[in-house]
Amino acid sequence: MNLTVYRLAKHLGAKMGSIGLFFALLPSLAMAKYEYNMEPPVSATGLSAYHLHNWMTMVCLVIFVVVFAVLGYSLYAHRKSVGHKAASFHENTLVELAWTIVPFLILIVIAVPATKALIAMKDTSEPDITIKVTGYQWKWGYDYLKGDGEGIKFISTLSTPQAQINGQEPKGENYLLEVDNPIVVPVNKKIRILTTANDVIHSWAMPAFAIKQDAVPGFIRDTAFRVEKEGTYRGQCSELCGKDHGFMPIVVEVVSDEKYAAWVEDQKKKMAAAAGDPNKVWTLDESKAYGEKVYATNCVACHQANGKGIPGAFKALDGSPIATGPKAEHISRVLNGKAGTAMAAFGKQLSDADIAAVITYERNSWSNKTGEVIQPSEIKAAR
Amino acid sequence: MAAVDHAHGHEHGHDGHGHHPTGLMRWVTTTNHKDIGSMYLWFSFAMFMVGGAMSLVIRAELFQPGLQVVSPAFYNQMITLHALIMVFGAIMPAFVGFANWMIPLQIGAPDMAFARMNNWSFWILPVAGSMLVGSMFVPGGASGTGWTLYPPLSIQMGMGMDMAIFGVHLLGMSSIMGSINIITTILNLRAPGMTLMKMPMFCWTWLITAYLLIAVMPVLAGAVTMLLTDRHFGTTFFDAAGGGDPVLFQHIFWFFGHPEVYIIALPAFGVISEVIPAFSRKPIFGYTSMVYAIASIAIISFFVWAHHMYTTGIPLTGQLYFMYATMLIAVPTGVKVFNWVATMWRGELTFETPMLFALGFLFLFTLGGFSGLVLSVTAVDIMLQDTYYVVAHFHYVMVAGAVFSAYAGAYYWLPKWTGHMYDETLGKAHFWLTLFFFNLTFFVQHFLGLAGMPRRIPDYALQFAEFNKLSSIGAFGLGLSQLLFLYVVIKCIKGGKKAEANVWGAPGLEWTVPSPAPYHTFEEPPVVK
Ligand SMILES: [Cu+2]
Repeated sequence: MNLTVYRLAKHLGAKMGSIGLFFALLPSLAMAKYEYNMEPPVSATGLSAYHLHNWMTMVCLVIFVVVFAVLGYSLYAHRKSVGHKAASFHENTLVELAWTIVPFLILIVIAVPATKALIAMKDTSEPDITIKVTGYQWKWGYDYLKGDGEGIKFISTLSTPQAQINGQEPKGENYLLEVDNPIVVPVNKKIRILTTANDVIHSWAMPAFAIKQDAVPGFIRDTAFRVEKEGTYRGQCSELCGKDHGFMPIVVEVVSDEKYAAWVEDQKKKMAAAAGDPNKVWTLDESKAYGEKVYATNCVACHQANGKGIPGAFKALDGSPIATGPKAEHISRVLNGKAGTAMAAFGKQLSDADIAAVITYERNSWSNKTGEVIQPSEIKAAR
Repeated sequence: MAAVDHAHGHEHGHDGHGHHPTGLMRWVTTTNHKDIGSMYLWFSFAMFMVGGAMSLVIRAELFQPGLQVVSPAFYNQMITLHALIMVFGAIMPAFVGFANWMIPLQIGAPDMAFARMNNWSFWILPVAGSMLVGSMFVPGGASGTGWTLYPPLSIQMGMGMDMAIFGVHLLGMSSIMGSINIITTILNLRAPGMTLMKMPMFCWTWLITAYLLIAVMPVLAGAVTMLLTDRHFGTTFFDAAGGGDPVLFQHIFWFFGHPEVYIIALPAFGVISEVIPAFSRKPIFGYTSMVYAIASIAIISFFVWAHHMYTTGIPLTGQLYFMYATMLIAVPTGVKVFNWVATMWRGELTFETPMLFALGFLFLFTLGGFSGLVLSVTAVDIMLQDTYYVVAHFHYVMVAGAVFSAYAGAYYWLPKWTGHMYDETLGKAHFWLTLFFFNLTFFVQHFLGLAGMPRRIPDYALQFAEFNKLSSIGAFGLGLSQLLFLYVVIKCIKGGKKAEANVWGAPGLEWTVPSPAPYHTFEEPPVVK
């Protein structure tokens, strides 16, 4: 026995060198804040799944400790080095039956609450508000379909500046978990979420509500939640959806009924203002300046700020045949996308004014100098 | 390793089979199961290093928040290739290597049944491996879809995706040929007296694994072929616009993918079932129930695939069915663990390196089994799906399950392969380093997942920083520790204490032949009583 321990200690000593590196880093690690378990969800269905998880983890832990205590005793007592002689038994029907049947019974005990929790979670009936969520590469579109706020729609993108991601600026508190337009819902109301996607599969996930629902292009799936506590909740896309999968967060603000009503009012006004005058004729400078903003939220991730794209992955716009050739083709490409590539059909996401402006911008930036101004009416005609 | 055996084979006068080509051509043309087994093992270790290097790129990027090392697009390529190379290039070939070396020795056969096909099934591998690695260097780079290759994302990829598809086809061909060979060998070439129920457990696990492979590799080949035609020939299997469904791919993929988990785990169980009795000096407990447990795990594995897809939107009844079926796997898996514990109970235990790795396997694989049980419960899985909890879970099953048992097997049979004892001190150091750094790397990932960190992201929110830092430190330690294994093996091939025929005092035909095993063995079948 002692010899083994001694040998063990010797081997441990031998590897101290590499472990030294670990301990050298300890001080910085010791001061840090660690999360060991889930945050308790703020919805009743989420909470029951959360308790189920904690309880199951405990059950597993107890079984683990019991089995490995038996093994530990055996490793200690039945060593050759203490002179233990091997027994020769190699089967025992009764014992074998017992450890087949007992785990089976434990599973049944687990299955009962597991079934209940799932049934509660899957109930999406009788919602107060229904919101359609559309996954895009790489942003979320929200469409209030039914209930208070019906008709509101907007796109929600990451608002963390690129400089923070690249380490040129200190990272903010909600680094990568902040968006320009959060989705707002009233507290204690049942919200049904319909998910779909425009390009590839995404997944709309909100840990605080214990919700995760894939958004599949061409199909509608649903999930629901009723949040009992006001607050701002943060989640992330949870299905690999390409290059910027890590950069499409989800922020939900749960507010009181009064605040929700005010928000709805505000959104309606904003949407009316954004619709603007469809017959307005834009000048080159106006269109280009607005187009630059549209480009920055919708195009820059792939085609890059310098218009050069990423060789081999995303096409350059600077000097490209489409961005310098006939404008009809350019308009059609932006409206309809290109099948089999990451180039999305922006016709479904952006307004006529947005698309007109961004095309103007692309045809008059970098080395592209067509001098053409695309008007919203041309987009409307091309749709 | 086999270079040494070959030399010994000649010295001991077993060269009665005409002239063998020498040099490189010897390896290209060899039909000897020991040569081919060695090539499989070396190939597997090389791929293990390549895949490991990729995981270090991943962990380097995740060392701290922000983008420092690679671009997000390249990061996605790394996670894809890391998984494909580890699963198809490292783990599976490692166990086929063990099968080639040990099955004929364990059942008293002179060689594998189809010796030429054996050569062919190995030599496909380097080509397939080059396709995967080479896809990094074509325009657009490798596939950035993750190893699951889900459409429509995989439809968007460049020609790296086509190379991955072709690579997977080749790997599938290799696996199927290997499996046919193993099944035929086991069913037809057993020594007189060795009935199926007297066969070593390692052979049993491989017999069942080979059937699994033949059943599911064509399914994967079909799925990726459908991807290929969707990409290039205008079909719309997975495109809703043409009446297809992206989720169909996931069903087909996981119909392959779940049995694949057991394709990796069962031979690992087999190795452990050889090592634990040997170092307990007791026969394995519950041989018959062990065989039934393996068979039932294999059968159930065909009926649980959609537990990988709980969040795709399958109906409630479907979710309930897949939950119950998945939970059921815990029963035969539990039986195996209990049997191993009972094998050690009142044994005569010693703790050489193979036994240490077997115990490490038992401990960590059981943990991975428990996190699997937690994930089988749909309501809980919905919270944990696609988070680091899942990453931790499958690394406990894959690394602790397959890699630890491959090491147990390698140390166990190295004396038989090389004729020398490996360096026990270094072997034990390798074990403790691997155990420590493995847990440092992956245990903390459970916490990351519980805190909600999604997997497959190159950058993360600040609350995940601490555990990621620990995990990255662990990964580099884990990677470097594996170089020690390479050193131990090379040292063992070059020399060391002469190994006796039966180094461990274990039962089994492989221990009746001299160490190193001569180039040709059991030309006269032994008789098993
Ligand atoms: Cu996404």
